[in-house]
Amino acid sequence: MDNIAGTKSSLTWAVHISVAALVFLWLFPTLGLFVSSFRTADQIATGGWWKSMFPSQQNLTLRASPASEQKLEGSLYVIEGELFEEGIEVEISRWGASSQNISTYAAGEVGEFRSGETVTVQANGSYRIESETEISGSRGKRIFVTAITPPEFTFENYQNVLFDESNREGMAKAFFNTLTVTIPATVLPILIAAFAAYALAWMDFPGRSLLIAAVVALLVVPLQLALIPLLSLHNDITTFLNGLLGLEGANELKGKGYVGVWFAHIGFGLPLAIYLLRNYMVGLPRDIIENARVDGATDFQIFVKIILPLSFPALASFAIFQFLWTWNDLLVSLVFLIDSTGETTVMTKQIVELLGTRGGNWEILATSAFVSIAVPLLVFFAMQRYLVRGLLAGSVK
Amino acid sequence: MHPAFLGLFTILVGVSVCVGYYYFSNQLLDKVLFPAKGPNAGRNINRREMIRPWLFLMPAIFALGLYLAYPVVKTLLLSLSERLPGGASQFVGFDNYTKLFADEKFWEALQNNMLWLLVVPAACTAFGLLIAQLTDRISWGSIAKSLIFMPMAISFVGAAVIWKLVYDARPIDQDQIGVLNALYLLFGGQEPQTWLTIPLANSFFLMLVLIWIQTGFAMVILSAALRGIPEETIEAAIVDGANPFQVFFKIKMPQIAGTIVVVWTTITIVVLKVFDIVFAMTNGQWQTQVLANYMYFQLFTAGDWGVGSASAMIIMLLVTPILVWNVYNARKEMR
Repeated sequence: MDNIAGTKSSLTWAVHISVAALVFLWLFPTLGLFVSSFRTADQIATGGWWKSMFPSQQNLTLRASPASEQKLEGSLYVIEGELFEEGIEVEISRWGASSQNISTYAAGEVGEFRSGETVTVQANGSYRIESETEISGSRGKRIFVTAITPPEFTFENYQNVLFDESNREGMAKAFFNTLTVTIPATVLPILIAAFAAYALAWMDFPGRSLLIAAVVALLVVPLQLALIPLLSLHNDITTFLNGLLGLEGANELKGKGYVGVWFAHIGFGLPLAIYLLRNYMVGLPRDIIENARVDGATDFQIFVKIILPLSFPALASFAIFQFLWTWNDLLVSLVFLIDSTGETTVMTKQIVELLGTRGGNWEILATSAFVSIAVPLLVFFAMQRYLVRGLLAGSVK
Repeated sequence: MHPAFLGLFTILVGVSVCVGYYYFSNQLLDKVLFPAKGPNAGRNINRREMIRPWLFLMPAIFALGLYLAYPVVKTLLLSLSERLPGGASQFVGFDNYTKLFADEKFWEALQNNMLWLLVVPAACTAFGLLIAQLTDRISWGSIAKSLIFMPMAISFVGAAVIWKLVYDARPIDQDQIGVLNALYLLFGGQEPQTWLTIPLANSFFLMLVLIWIQTGFAMVILSAALRGIPEETIEAAIVDGANPFQVFFKIKMPQIAGTIVVVWTTITIVVLKVFDIVFAMTNGQWQTQVLANYMYFQLFTAGDWGVGSASAMIIMLLVTPILVWNVYNARKEMR
């Protein structure tokens, strides 16, 4: 009787395991970048990030203190010290005293340098070099150890990418530029779309269904088509304005800039906004609106006092969509915003640039990418409910 | 002025211009043009109720017309003309299309796009359905879903960096830092591969990125659809002795077929527009070109507006069936 609805199926364990595996698969790539952003360039280059989570066995070349530190104990010249900084818990399994034999001795055994000094290395990294004659050489002796070291992480990359004075990576500036693009491009279409959606949902006029059909059609028009016509339109308008206002040289308005990218994002975001909001508003109870009409409220009042507050969930859904889309956008900014000076570069463009110029510097790439990913992720987890609701309402049924 | 202040300023100005427009145009209509008093009060009220919808709609229609409808027409015209030195342009008929069809790179892009169209929507829908079905049965399903959904919030560029790390290759004598090569060597591979330079296979590695992003979308929509299936139909099937697989394929699938089509077409459109992933990861090298990136190259690198616009029209042409289908369905639903 195992298969009756409501009782536990024998497949339950298989389900748990396969879901866990899928979640792991989906998270693994992102986790890799996240972990890498906390590792130093050396660490990233010498081993996979997945090993960094656990204490790992590494072959290290370390130096003992220089000969100037030696002390005379009886007739013996002695150098004593620690190979690792205090506070790091390591366990040395093998060690050696020359680059040819890096794992000759076990921890605690007595070894010998080629120059004749005897040396002992303990498992915790403390060492003692003894010699009957005075030890020479300006630098410390090299000791080769095979040790298990704990995971080690650093905030240095974030420090460099975000707060570095010279800001070679340009991410701090790009962050603010992205923000500057995003916020007006999110707020303005909501307002315009809300009014239009109300008219399409609750006002009766000839041509209404045709307009709704047009919105549905524009929903899928690829924005690629808009690039050249609009860019030349922007250029023409600014040329015209420059002539009209007599602007020249440095004061000249440019065809590429924030105003252009805001307008472009408003235009491209509107179909979805109108569609989402109209679908939501149509579902609001008719009684409330009719009653308000009977009581003498104008459409404007109904919209502002009743519809807008009731539509908050739909407004929030669209706001999240538009925010994610404008924040993550590359193409629109590339075409309408970023000019040859690069002053107005956004994060996505900056990262593509870094991929080209510093493709091997994973510490910079990972950190920069994570800086740009972090904000949308926060928004995503904070407002997931609205996002899901918007998705369900926004996919054309 | 710092651009951030410019941004804030724009919000203020933009919002007040918008609100001002709606408020004052309504006032103008109600108080000045057609006041609801005097001898013509009744006629005035009727007239202003005819005009008001257009007041509400005007900014949206203007923006939609200028930013989406006009470019479609203009791009069509551009694709039929050639830019002459000095800014003028000349009608050249189908020359640009002839040039486009003669370009090997275009066919490569089209082929790749077709491959993307076959693989990505199918894979996303299949994974989405699988995950939706599995997570519905377990207590921590919603957490699992939100984690799988997460890549939706990540930009294509961010995803490109994430996956470039996965595909990274180091010389054989060094430790691999890309997980794919590490696994490849672990399971008997002889040499680390630079995955993104192997023709054909590299297209699949790029598709994997989009599948990774879009599966969450498919899962969310399909999961809602699965929950909407009436309990009785499933119980009846179980009572009749159907096993879980039969319940899934014979009872559940037919009932969510409509939703599957929606998911499929939505992802198809995303695929047709895919640009950032290819631009950031290979920029169309090693035979990974796709239409959107080819178009960008023609427009802004080669500077050929004619051929660029022609390839944009090809994308539009590919989208059109879905566009017609969506409009048809939307109208059917409204009736």
